[in-house]
Amino acid sequence: MKKRFNKSALIMGLYILFLMLPIYWLINMSLKTNNEILGTFSLWPQNLTFANYMVIFTDPSWYWGYINSIIYVVMNTVISLAVALPAAYAFSRYNFMGDKHLFFWLLTNRMAPPAVFALPFFQLYSSVGLFDTHIAVALAHTLFNVPLAVWILEGFMRGVPKEIDETAYIDGYGFFRFFAKIFTPLIASGIGVAAFFCFMFSWVELLLSRTLTAVDAKSIAATMTRTVSASGLDWGVLSAAGVLTIIPGALVIYFVRHHIAKGFALGRV
Amino acid sequence: MKTVNQKAWFLVLPVLLLVGFSAVIPLMTVVNYSVQDTFGNNVFYWVGLEWFEEILHSERMHNALGRQVIFTTIIMLIEIPLGIFISLHMPQKGVWASVCLVLIALPLLIPWNVVGTIWQIFGRIDIGLLGYSLNALGIDYNYVQNATAAWITIVIMDVWHWTSLVVLLCYAGLQSIPDAYYQAAKIDQASRWNVFRYIELPKMMGVLLIASLLRFMDSFMIYTEPFVLTGGGPGNVTTFLSIDLVKMAIGQFDLGPAAAFSLIYFLTILLISWVFYTIMTNIDKREGI
Amino acid sequence: MAKITLSNLAHSYLPNPQKDADYALKKLNHVWEDGAAYALLGPSGCGKSTLLNIISGLLTPSEGQIFFNEQDVTHADTADRNIAQVFQFPVVYDTMTVKQNLAFPLKNRGVDAQYIEARVNEIAQMIGMQDVLNNKAQGLTADAKQKISLGRGMVREDVNAILFDEPLTVIDPHMKWELRTQLKALHQQLEHTMIYVTHDQTEALTFADKVVVMYDGKVVQIGTPKQLFEQPEHTFVGYFIGSPGMNLLPAKIEGSIALINGTAIELGADYNNPTGKVEIGVRPEFCSFSDDGSGLMVKINRVEDVGRHKIVRTQFAGINLNIIAPSSARIPADTCHVKFDLAAINVYVDGWRIEAQQTKHEAAL
Repeated sequence: MKKRFNKSALIMGLYILFLMLPIYWLINMSLKTNNEILGTFSLWPQNLTFANYMVIFTDPSWYWGYINSIIYVVMNTVISLAVALPAAYAFSRYNFMGDKHLFFWLLTNRMAPPAVFALPFFQLYSSVGLFDTHIAVALAHTLFNVPLAVWILEGFMRGVPKEIDETAYIDGYGFFRFFAKIFTPLIASGIGVAAFFCFMFSWVELLLSRTLTAVDAKSIAATMTRTVSASGLDWGVLSAAGVLTIIPGALVIYFVRHHIAKGFALGRV
Repeated sequence: MKTVNQKAWFLVLPVLLLVGFSAVIPLMTVVNYSVQDTFGNNVFYWVGLEWFEEILHSERMHNALGRQVIFTTIIMLIEIPLGIFISLHMPQKGVWASVCLVLIALPLLIPWNVVGTIWQIFGRIDIGLLGYSLNALGIDYNYVQNATAAWITIVIMDVWHWTSLVVLLCYAGLQSIPDAYYQAAKIDQASRWNVFRYIELPKMMGVLLIASLLRFMDSFMIYTEPFVLTGGGPGNVTTFLSIDLVKMAIGQFDLGPAAAFSLIYFLTILLISWVFYTIMTNIDKREGI
Repeated sequence: MAKITLSNLAHSYLPNPQKDADYALKKLNHVWEDGAAYALLGPSGCGKSTLLNIISGLLTPSEGQIFFNEQDVTHADTADRNIAQVFQFPVVYDTMTVKQNLAFPLKNRGVDAQYIEARVNEIAQMIGMQDVLNNKAQGLTADAKQKISLGRGMVREDVNAILFDEPLTVIDPHMKWELRTQLKALHQQLEHTMIYVTHDQTEALTFADKVVVMYDGKVVQIGTPKQLFEQPEHTFVGYFIGSPGMNLLPAKIEGSIALINGTAIELGADYNNPTGKVEIGVRPEFCSFSDDGSGLMVKINRVEDVGRHKIVRTQFAGINLNIIAPSSARIPADTCHVKFDLAAINVYVDGWRIEAQQTKHEAAL
């Protein structure tokens, strides 16, 4: 027993080291001045500086990147869940004409490469005057988040016995009251998991958010890639910006840590 | 048993409208472009399937597809077994389990361009720990100029980024195995390998298929990370399908070929995913008995 | 096959158990005789699974030792104890065929292939699965899967003991009866030491030679089904075994007379003057209506006709008292007098049965 635990601990330790080392290096870079980064090679900052972070917190073109990203990510999560909930309920409870084909067609959208949609999206949203708005990115991201949310929620809903619906209807609940009062609390963890994934995939995406925004709704990811080319590689600020993008994700993981394992199985274990 | 109820269509209507707006209309645009050509000024004329023929025979597409297939194969061959292996060594409960879960999930929530940036910095020979150390050890490593080094870096980056997804899925599968199975195996004197082969692997099959499907799809669409890291270079050696497509569509504005390219690309993914999906639903059904 | 000795055994799931209540299994000395069939009976949470897991080696006891014959196996691995165990829910290897499942424990021990073939066929016959030997285990019903588990438990002939952990929970009622009978027959045939954990008294009483009753982490009585019925050593045994359980009446005892809420009852033996919480226990089967007005005057609440007999629910001064009457018996209306069979009265002090003085006296002579 003891011996096996140590072996496992060693393997886990090595794997986590492998995962953390590049992140550590990014943090290390973000706390150095550019002179130090390019001048000397050191495993930790010799002259600790927060100047890189101050640049981001004081320059609107930087910190608005974060705000814009958060805005469209939240919008996307809300929209995705709002439309996915009733649809997932329909798929988990009823047979109707073309249901299987519809379900698969929905999933195919999760399989669509964003690169395929980048240009058409640009033209579509430009033509309806939504280019460079938060809602444009939020809607574009529903392309892959809605199918995923439907899929996850359907898995969780299938785990709720049908008898609960029937009992509620017999007890005189209407559909909407039943859905809000009884059903939603039962699949709360599923909703949490779906929200987590919507947040995750919207937060990490670059191609569409960059294509659909220019100034007003520019995402932090786009800000980062553009600044790289413009300011001649300011490694310190770039690293600091990178570190700051990791924080929201880390916070979200921390809050859902008890549900991660089941969540990643998408309710299908 | 599910009841037949055509009114359920009302419940899926919002999804239909939304996805219709954000998927069908753009896809129609793509189809429209794929069969037309233009001399500018928004004047288009019908060219039939010419673009498809051109793309299907173009060496550029073949090369990008070849690179893509090799890349996807390599990372799946590494990530799936490695993910299973790591998940078998995860602590089962307690504080350490939470700590490991949080740390392992972290790379999954880093924006993809930042993943590229992290490895761009980490691998550089002047300021990166990896590049600097390797060169200090006398190994010639420079992912900006050397094709092999670029490939290795991209593969390691993807393993770094996505193995955790496989780990977490497998871990969830393992958690669902009742203790009695392990106890019975002990009593039956099953070897470690047999426990894995006859208890753990069968229970993980479902989640492993999900993992494979997700990894296949996402690696086949990979764009951001290699774009930030190598920009598709040196030369074209890391130009995967999406990178090539974006170059063609937005960089060169070759709308016709890009559209034909898009459709072929999409259909390829669909076809392979459909195979996965069919296997998966069959397994779901079998377990449902 | 082996005799299993538990010596000062105790277990707590807490790292530093202080008081009695911290122990899931309180200090215990017991010898499981070689070749006997035991049932371990008790309500859920009484520590029976803990005890079973200690015997099978899945748990290491926090105190005391366990011996197989003369060998100390307290810290030995499950695999080294050479035991078989059948769990509450079917544990089968889904991807294997029924045959491979049954052969698995033998194959892992490097047994000769010819012997395996013969033995597997023999076991398949016993559990009635010879027709589906080459089917995958996955598609089978829960019943069939549990039969495979039972078969895998019995496939090895040289095991020290076979442990059953509520093995019939998932089985259909009519199959339960059949499997239990089969197990009993197998025990007589194979003469393995068998320990059968259950919370179902019928299962325990029909299967076992000796029943070990556990309550709150303690073994409260070990005995044959007859002993458990006639002389429950603890009020819990009286209450838990039997349907309905033993009637318990708080009493004050003076010599051979019991005063129950003021009414005097003859006990038929001298119990001295016990102090503490004194109760007398009489099984409903040994209560009857008296015609002469002697005994306790009870109020009849309800009569349940269960076919073979009638259960009469009555109350005496607020204490429930059940009587089993023959189905032909005429039940008086409203109130009546109840008398007890003298030989069937047990006296309990603080929950534990005490012997009558007289009997002790006689035994001493």
